[in-house]
Amino acid sequence: MSAPLIALSNVTRCFGHGAAAFQALRGVDLSIGAGEFVAIMGPSGSGKSSLMNILGCLDTPSGGSYRFQGLEVAQLDRDQRALLRRHALGFIFQGFNLLARTSAQENVELPLLYRGEPASRRRLLAREALAAVGLEGWGHHTPAELSGGQQQRVAIARALVTEPSLLLADEPTGNLDTERSREIMALLVALNRDKGLTVVMVTHEADMAEYAHRIVRLVDGRIASDIRTTPSVCSEGAH
Amino acid sequence: MLWNAVLLALREIRRKLMRSFLTILGIVIGVSAVITMVTLGNGATRSISDQISSLGSNLLIVRPGQQLGPGRDSAGAASFRVADADALRSQVSGLAAVVPVSGKSVTLVAMARNWSSSVTGSSADWFATGKWQLASGRIFNEAEERAGAAVCVIGETVRKELFGGFDVVGQQLRVKQFSCEVIGLLASKGQSTMGNDQDDLVVMPLRTLQRRLTGSVDVGSLMISVRDGASIDAAKNEVTWLMRERRHVSPGDNDDFSVMDTRQIAETLSGTTRVLTGLLGAVAAVSLLVGGIGIMNIMLVSVTERTREIGIRLAIGAREGEVLLQFLIEAVALSSLGGVVGIGLASLASIAGAALMKVPYLFDPVINLLSFGFSAAIGVIFGYVPARRAARLDPIEALRHE
Ligand SMILES: Nc1ncnc2c1ncn2[C@@H]1O[C@H](COP(=O)(O)OP(=O)(O)OP(=O)(O)O)[C@@H](O)[C@H]1O
Ligand SMILES: [Mg+2]
Repeated sequence: MSAPLIALSNVTRCFGHGAAAFQALRGVDLSIGAGEFVAIMGPSGSGKSSLMNILGCLDTPSGGSYRFQGLEVAQLDRDQRALLRRHALGFIFQGFNLLARTSAQENVELPLLYRGEPASRRRLLAREALAAVGLEGWGHHTPAELSGGQQQRVAIARALVTEPSLLLADEPTGNLDTERSREIMALLVALNRDKGLTVVMVTHEADMAEYAHRIVRLVDGRIASDIRTTPSVCSEGAH
Repeated sequence: MLWNAVLLALREIRRKLMRSFLTILGIVIGVSAVITMVTLGNGATRSISDQISSLGSNLLIVRPGQQLGPGRDSAGAASFRVADADALRSQVSGLAAVVPVSGKSVTLVAMARNWSSSVTGSSADWFATGKWQLASGRIFNEAEERAGAAVCVIGETVRKELFGGFDVVGQQLRVKQFSCEVIGLLASKGQSTMGNDQDDLVVMPLRTLQRRLTGSVDVGSLMISVRDGASIDAAKNEVTWLMRERRHVSPGDNDDFSVMDTRQIAETLSGTTRVLTGLLGAVAAVSLLVGGIGIMNIMLVSVTERTREIGIRLAIGAREGEVLLQFLIEAVALSSLGGVVGIGLASLASIAGAALMKVPYLFDPVINLLSFGFSAAIGVIFGYVPARRAARLDPIEALRHE
């Protein structure tokens, strides 16, 4: 195997200064190859989101090294990291982070806008992405007019519409019922299998983690276990 | 990308219509004030020069004191006498008429009504020299002039205010303590610049004015018309030399009187209005600056309010420059919108103002373009700080912002 897509070595992340300083990550070593489907689990406050932010080039480590596609992210400037996010990454945030008072359609079009796609293509791709998450015909609704689960699906569509090489999903099914969760997971599994999309997903639910090939457990900012599994569920309706 | 940013900015403005309106109010007022001031000033300047040049280019006006216009010092200079006019008439060649003129403000009474106006005392040549026409009656003759007869010719405004619909010729008009007969009515010349009513006057023989109203033999100024074909500059020189001699001005001293032709008078007067226009325009420009500060304030508030939105854009892959551009364009869109509204308002105000002041409305494309450009520039200048603040936000911090 060539250089892994993601290589973390001894990554730390410290928030605050002096007495108020808090170590969210205390030396994480992790390497993820292209095409993997990884689930990150762990108790609340164990540093999962902090790790995802670093993986997503939104944040930089306080110590240690993070290489993405062989590039040392800490050495990139703000704009270079922005371009990396724009072209290579899809991010599903824990809190959805949709633009308020902006239609679902436009929310999904946003990353395409920054990529400079022409308007007609933006519209088409966004409509397709919304259809893929089961929101056909909901394009003109604003987040305030959508349920939590629907908002989450818009966020998923926004992350997938650019066909990124790495999808970072922070509890993508946290607000969905089992049925919907399965559908979304099936979509991610299919993308992972057919298009080689690398997926790193934070989840609390063991059922969801079962879709992954590998489960990383985080406790107090350290990796407690890193287990490769044969995914027990490959398609809907198993078990 | 740029076009998208413009659309986005317009949508953001529409979304907060009331706030946007209040934000641009400063710019609107500034721009419309600047344009209105300058436009009306130009109109007034034009109207003054039109009015004076309508008197013809062959007119000279001799006044005591040094210069016409601001800072004129006539306090120490002696007035003229009728003898000065006679001397000019007999000793300077090429003059068609030399008209001594004096004036006094008085209250007029007729038909149990009264009216404040001014009385001009002069010779019969005054009418032709000032290009006045008679509407009815006659002007005073030489005998009446010599005798200082109690006769007068009145302007249209005086007729309207005192006599209403009656025929004025033959009526009695009380000027201060004496009564004089109205022998003629002047054709209306209309209102002049700066609300100055040219028809609001009474003209009587100079001697009548001197004896009955001022009680002195002083003459306020001399109007001289140069004969057609004769050189104005030569006449001016000769008049100057003769007046220096008569007023005993030693060689090397400055004249204690001024001789100006109509062109010079027009220039001096419009110079004054130009200075005024400039001053008023400068005051208005300050309000533009204040408008800019208003825009900066609102944009700073907007950046704070939209921190989360900015975080999302950055997280999705917007570069610093793109966020900067978005907010800068929003500020420029706001301020140029203010500019456009201001220009519209200024057009209305200028047209109305010009009609009110009875000056021509002269559309000045330069000042309109300049004001628009200036308002857009204000958006760039005052929008830059908020836009940079937005662009420099840390995406993680921005996303955590509530
Ligand atoms: N920007 C920040 N400033 C200060 N502390 C932070 C910041 N981000 C995270 N932390 C702290 O780091 C710790 C880990 O937070 P993180 O969000 O990574 O947890 P998590 O594993 O995602 O938890 P959850 O499952 O509840 O989402 C928390 O104690 C949190 O308070
Ligand atoms: Mg989290």
